[in-house]
Amino acid sequence: MSRRARLLVFLLGGGVLAIAFVIGVVDMPGFGGDEHPYRDLAVPSAVAHGTANVVAAVNFDQRAIDTFGEETILIASTLGAVALLRPSREETVRRPPDLGHTLESTRLIGYVLMPLTLVLGADVVAHGGITPGGGFQGGVVLATGLHLLYVTGSYPALDRLRPLLPFRTAEALGAAAFGVVGALALIGTGSFLANALPYGSFGQIFSTGTVQVLNLVVGIEVFGSMVVLLAAFFEQEISVRKQDA
Amino acid sequence: MQVLAYLVAGYLVLVGAYGIVRSRHLVHAVVCLSISQSGTYVLLLAVGYQHSASAPVFGSTTRPNRHVVDPVVQAMTLTDIVVSATVTALLLALSVQINKRHGTVDPDELIALRG
Amino acid sequence: MIGVAHDPWMPLLVALPATVACLLALCDRALPRRVVDVVAMLTVLGVTTGSVALLIGAGNGRSLTWLGGWHPKDGVGVGIAFVADPLSAGLCVLIGSLATCALLYSWHYVARGGTHFHALMLFFVAGMLGFVLSADLFDMIVFFELMGAAAYALTGIHIEDETAVEGGLNFGLVNSLGAYLSLTGLALLYARAGQLGLPQLGRLLPEHRVDVLVVVAFVLVLAGFLVKGALVPFHFWLADAHAVAPAPVCVMFSGVMVELGLYGAARISLVAFGGVLSEDTLRRTFVVLGLVTALLGAVMCLGQRHLKRLLAFSTIAHMGLFTIGFAALRADALTGVVLYVAGHAAVKAALFLLAGVLLDRHQSVDEGQLRGLGRGRWGEAALFFTAALGLAGLPPFGSGLGKAITEDGAALSFGHWVPALFVLVSALTGGSVLRFASHTYLGIGDRGEPETKAESPEDEEAESGAPRHTPATMTTSIVGLVAAGIVIGVLPGIRGFASAAAQRLLDTDGYASQLLDGGPATPLRHDPAAAWTGTGILLGIVAIALALAVAAAGLWQERLPWLRLGHPVMRRLHRLHTGHIGDYVAWLFAGLAALVLLVGLART
Repeated sequence: MSRRARLLVFLLGGGVLAIAFVIGVVDMPGFGGDEHPYRDLAVPSAVAHGTANVVAAVNFDQRAIDTFGEETILIASTLGAVALLRPSREETVRRPPDLGHTLESTRLIGYVLMPLTLVLGADVVAHGGITPGGGFQGGVVLATGLHLLYVTGSYPALDRLRPLLPFRTAEALGAAAFGVVGALALIGTGSFLANALPYGSFGQIFSTGTVQVLNLVVGIEVFGSMVVLLAAFFEQEISVRKQDA
Repeated sequence: MQVLAYLVAGYLVLVGAYGIVRSRHLVHAVVCLSISQSGTYVLLLAVGYQHSASAPVFGSTTRPNRHVVDPVVQAMTLTDIVVSATVTALLLALSVQINKRHGTVDPDELIALRG
Repeated sequence: MIGVAHDPWMPLLVALPATVACLLALCDRALPRRVVDVVAMLTVLGVTTGSVALLIGAGNGRSLTWLGGWHPKDGVGVGIAFVADPLSAGLCVLIGSLATCALLYSWHYVARGGTHFHALMLFFVAGMLGFVLSADLFDMIVFFELMGAAAYALTGIHIEDETAVEGGLNFGLVNSLGAYLSLTGLALLYARAGQLGLPQLGRLLPEHRVDVLVVVAFVLVLAGFLVKGALVPFHFWLADAHAVAPAPVCVMFSGVMVELGLYGAARISLVAFGGVLSEDTLRRTFVVLGLVTALLGAVMCLGQRHLKRLLAFSTIAHMGLFTIGFAALRADALTGVVLYVAGHAAVKAALFLLAGVLLDRHQSVDEGQLRGLGRGRWGEAALFFTAALGLAGLPPFGSGLGKAITEDGAALSFGHWVPALFVLVSALTGGSVLRFASHTYLGIGDRGEPETKAESPEDEEAESGAPRHTPATMTTSIVGLVAAGIVIGVLPGIRGFASAAAQRLLDTDGYASQLLDGGPATPLRHDPAAAWTGTGILLGIVAIALALAVAAAGLWQERLPWLRLGHPVMRRLHRLHTGHIGDYVAWLFAGLAALVLLVGLART
């Protein structure tokens, strides 16, 4: 179709859908209302299992199979992206050139901030059951913290400090561990991904049962996954070149 | 306004799709897709919001109570965000390879799959 | 036999392939290729065995489990359930079996290492299993995205092939957008009803007004599944993806992934929306979708010279027929659909594997280029022709039986045009495949005009580094599939299973009561209609005769100048399929708008 015809088809279709959406949305419960039946069920359930962060309870206890699916999507997509970014038959991987020059002060900021960010990320992961945060968020903080080396320094610096095997291992074992924890819960309590560990006292770091374990496992997986993913893109852009004939 | 948040969400979904329809660059199209997805997040979070309710996290200062925003939509959104980053990465990886094979990322010029 | 009600081991069907895939992802390059093959094969065999056990355990009733032990109290809860009724358990068996055939075929295939093919296949299987078993709308969407992510990567995995990566992106973009639209619909439903589980939604939605919001939510939720199911006008991505994906991956796509789109749409429409949308509305909506899809798929199939694209459009046409069968909302028609899906999966998979063999040997699947190159390969030709006749609905193939029962049942809901349409579509699609087979293996027919470059890529990427003779693993999988196609049509036990599957799908009250109230499964009727009838066999033979005529007309086009009358229409239709992602999204929204009007007006 010509560009104009395409736009016309879309405007007609999108227009009708938009009008219907607006008419429908007017009948929805108003923004900021207080009728939330699922919340009324989720909050007491979370408290009953000793989890202060209700969002974490929903993610890793009540609807844990959803999170299992999501973290599997994570590793599957990363794997897919890595497979798609591999050097093709006519290409090779060369050593990344050490180009460019960064200011000493910039590099210093990177060296100081990187460990701080990593500690922050680890903290976000570890306290995910009782404060806002958790494996997903903390994992992303950890991964981007590591890449401060690239942002404030150079790619070869990052490359040297980031051997890929530990991160691929972290990603794979983290993802696999989620299923294993679920299976252990199945064997122990008769339900897959049940909260099978002792609850401890409310508000303490080890009070949430398997929520804590799954949080940790997901944090490790997300950290590994993001690093591997970014590494594949970097390598494709910087190091992969057509083989000389 | 009672429905402004929902309308904004619907607008985001639609405008993202519009971007894909009019796109001249595959990376732009993939980013428009993630704009559409962020529209769904806005809708979910808007549905779960409650005026003057606190965050669904309890601690030493907040005793467990039901006057909190809906935690379920927050749970759905936060896992979805991280996951969509990787799916976007997958689509971008495909775009990178398309650029290598076809020498272009303009959808108007990609004609290998006609018919 | 009502069967076991509570089965906590069900989630392992999903967890096992996912976990093995994670470990394979790590060790892929370190382990020798054969070890990876064996591990993957053992995993899918385990999944298939587990699915069969699940099917037997469910019996005629339903097995279910509330994950994490979160049982509902007084009909509401926070947990997610997995449900195995005969249909979902049967789909699990289908997924496992097709995956086994695909991996067996891949034994000598995709010789390059480091592509993570096996891990991605296992993730794909895990996603499909989770989708089929889940009884929660958000959970279904999550597993839907899992099977999507693995599928996009598998489609584009041959990165050296320029069409593969383009097909992968078209597939990925459109299907992801569909999933996000489904998520939008889910948010609207959640706002209205406050729950995410299917039976809970089914009970809560009728308590509120049935207004535009419900209609919009229905269409949006269905969007992702209609895209996956390749119903018109959401179908454009399918031909692109099938044309470029490796043959074993196409087996999974056409055999079960696309059908899962219809399954999702069916389950959600019946369970969640059954109380707010009348049967008439659902009937009208799905029959229109099915009719347009069947016709477009069949006509486009006729004009294809690229075998995999031809088979893709044939899948689209058959999906249209399956949808019409579902639209009847009768147990007898649905029994036929179940059998038809199973029979179609067997023969379509065999044809795709044969396409893979041809591609491997000749580096092309273009009809013009393959002319006569198959001469002398009698075993292969026999398999090809048999599978093609099976596709056209030859008795005693399962596809023939399914077609006969479906058209009979659907005719009672819609009228006598249904059997005529079924015969026509089977003839057009089967005839196209027969035409291709005759060109290739018999070398007969007109030479035909030289094709434009865009339609038949000349140096198609060879899909394996295997030697010229076909390995036994490839032949075994193909023979096994064709044999399965016949067995499905002949074995009475399978008909009994199909009948139970159909009745349980329609038993939405029982679904809700068993899941939410812990009630028992009600006993089912025995359905004598699920059998070969005289009319069915007769129509099947008519379809075969027509298919042969279509094939002959295609082979000797130049002697039939009046056929040229159809060319302008064909050319217009072909021009609509541009491969341009913007077009696909535009049609997607046009289709959704049409559905909103169709459903909205059907209600008034």
